[in-house]
Amino acid sequence: MLENAFRGGKGYWALLGTLGVLILVGFIAWMEQFTEGLQVTGMNRDVTWGLYIAQFTFLVGVAASAVMVVLPYYLHDYKAFGKMVILGEFLAVSAVVMCSLFIFVDMGMPTRVMNVMLHPTPNSVMFWDSVVLLGYLLLNLVIGVVTFDAERKGAPPAAWVKPLIYLSIPWAISIHTVTAFLYSGLEARPFWMTAILAPRFLASAFASGPSLLILLALIARRFSSFDPGKHAIQKLALIVAYAMTVNLFFVLVELFTGVYSDMPHHLHAFEYLFLGLHGSAALVPWVWTGQLIAVGCVVLLLMPRVRNQEKYLAPLCVAVIVAIWIEKGVAMVVTGFIPSPMGVVTEYAPTAPEVAITVGVYAFGFFVLSVLYKVVLNVRDRLGVT
Amino acid sequence: MDESRRTFLKGAGLTAVGLGCGFPILDAAASALQGGEREQDTLATQWAMVVDVEKCLADNVRRACTEACHAEHNVPDITERDDEVKWIWTEEYQHVLPDQVHGGTPEATKTMPVLALCNHCDKPPCVRVCPTGATWKRDSDGIVMMDQHRCIGCRYCMAACPYGARSFNWKDPRPFVRTKPNGEFLSDYPTRTKGVVEKCNFCSERLREGREPACVEAARSVQGGEGALTFGDRSDPESEVSRLLRERYTIARKISLGTGPNVFYIV
Repeated sequence: MLENAFRGGKGYWALLGTLGVLILVGFIAWMEQFTEGLQVTGMNRDVTWGLYIAQFTFLVGVAASAVMVVLPYYLHDYKAFGKMVILGEFLAVSAVVMCSLFIFVDMGMPTRVMNVMLHPTPNSVMFWDSVVLLGYLLLNLVIGVVTFDAERKGAPPAAWVKPLIYLSIPWAISIHTVTAFLYSGLEARPFWMTAILAPRFLASAFASGPSLLILLALIARRFSSFDPGKHAIQKLALIVAYAMTVNLFFVLVELFTGVYSDMPHHLHAFEYLFLGLHGSAALVPWVWTGQLIAVGCVVLLLMPRVRNQEKYLAPLCVAVIVAIWIEKGVAMVVTGFIPSPMGVVTEYAPTAPEVAITVGVYAFGFFVLSVLYKVVLNVRDRLGVT
Repeated sequence: MDESRRTFLKGAGLTAVGLGCGFPILDAAASALQGGEREQDTLATQWAMVVDVEKCLADNVRRACTEACHAEHNVPDITERDDEVKWIWTEEYQHVLPDQVHGGTPEATKTMPVLALCNHCDKPPCVRVCPTGATWKRDSDGIVMMDQHRCIGCRYCMAACPYGARSFNWKDPRPFVRTKPNGEFLSDYPTRTKGVVEKCNFCSERLREGREPACVEAARSVQGGEGALTFGDRSDPESEVSRLLRERYTIARKISLGTGPNVFYIV
């Protein structure tokens, strides 16, 4: 089956080549970080997590969102998702690969990372997060490969894979819940310590993940004979619309608690995000941009006339991804550290090596994704022909 | 509150294990949770410190404490604020004890210099979150210990500490460690590598030899520093620390968080 990864046109090889170069640049930057230490990043004593952990958080959401095609297809027998399911599962695989890499590049002692498994500490949420992520990777890999191999042979998938598929549904919820618990269980960080964090993570994941899936399906349709079907795209668009609305509601709920209670430690982080605190306002333009895009997306996606037209839907999906990426991939992690436990505002901005490493990890993830999708598309092409 | 939280965590932990994520950890889970309980209830010794803020107002007293500690532990002298490593240091009163500052607090009080260090909490959040057991609360004397050979440098403990007590080695610290004229480090205490977290250890290496912590000794040796820092066993009612806690009005940092700090302040 894998030989299909080597059958592709010029465009395919150009894509892989470009991603390969980005991976190489990222790797060179990581070598510098490995020898010089994390001083090459913009992180510091007060803001101890930055771009890497933020991308990790965003991508756990993308990984979890596979459940939005798996659940309707397998639990509700929603046939229209038949061709999409494998794309969702392989998107989850590449997203978890990126998550693991982002954790790895964030480690001060990457050579010791196996200590998490060698000295299991069940009281640490980080231990559980690595367990559920690893499990989720295996589940999607096994389910994806077995079901697709069956499709290729024109036979029903082996019976033993069915329980795994059902297991993968709550498991998807668990990866993002446990990731939220990484943050929401810390009494030192009032901005994160909110019960709505896990629900909010899930809502924003179910908006951004399916958006990405719609875009990938549209791209695949453009460059191959693959057709996800209009119903599948429209159903996903509806999921995005509802998830985005719920996410906006959760944001407003959080804002209300902070602003109305007027308690300094609730309020400071929101002040920093929306207005700036003690003269520091690096994230203010980002956050306003993100929130305005989010509101715009909710309004437009809720209009069936707009949502039903792919020429509008595609840019809206891009906008949803940008809005959620700003929320999780830029603002959410850093703001937890502001102000510091000592009440000091130390700002953070990523450095060039840090950005190069981040781009490199994304490139690696999309390399994996491109190869996996190419196999799927090539096999389906031939099935269609014969 | 304490009891219910512990029971709750225990239940949650066992449920999580029950979800079927591997059996070898079951034992570890049970022992870790029970271990946590044992430590909290019946510590033979709990080292504690009382900081007399007024006696620490003189710059030379506080400087002596920091210098003695940093020399004792080969703490690198990094001047850039972003990459700083510090075990015991000076902060403004309003930052160390923010809950004590109100609308009527005079500016002079707010900006008063106060020593800050690891609180060796009864229920340390850093220990709770560490994914490798590289930091733990020692059964025998309540010190929050740190194993720099196991630490993977994930910095979760730094996110969890409400006191900013932990420092990460953003770069190789050794070029910044002060040395004697012959190039040797000032102390035998092992230097650290880049990529690991470190913090105050209440001078566990000195306590083993029956000596008091370096900062306490240094404060006493300075004119006017007598009684600035008092160190002792909080579980021994006869200790000087227990006497101070009984007789003087003391406060501790962010007690509403429930971490149970073991560094107390007389203001």
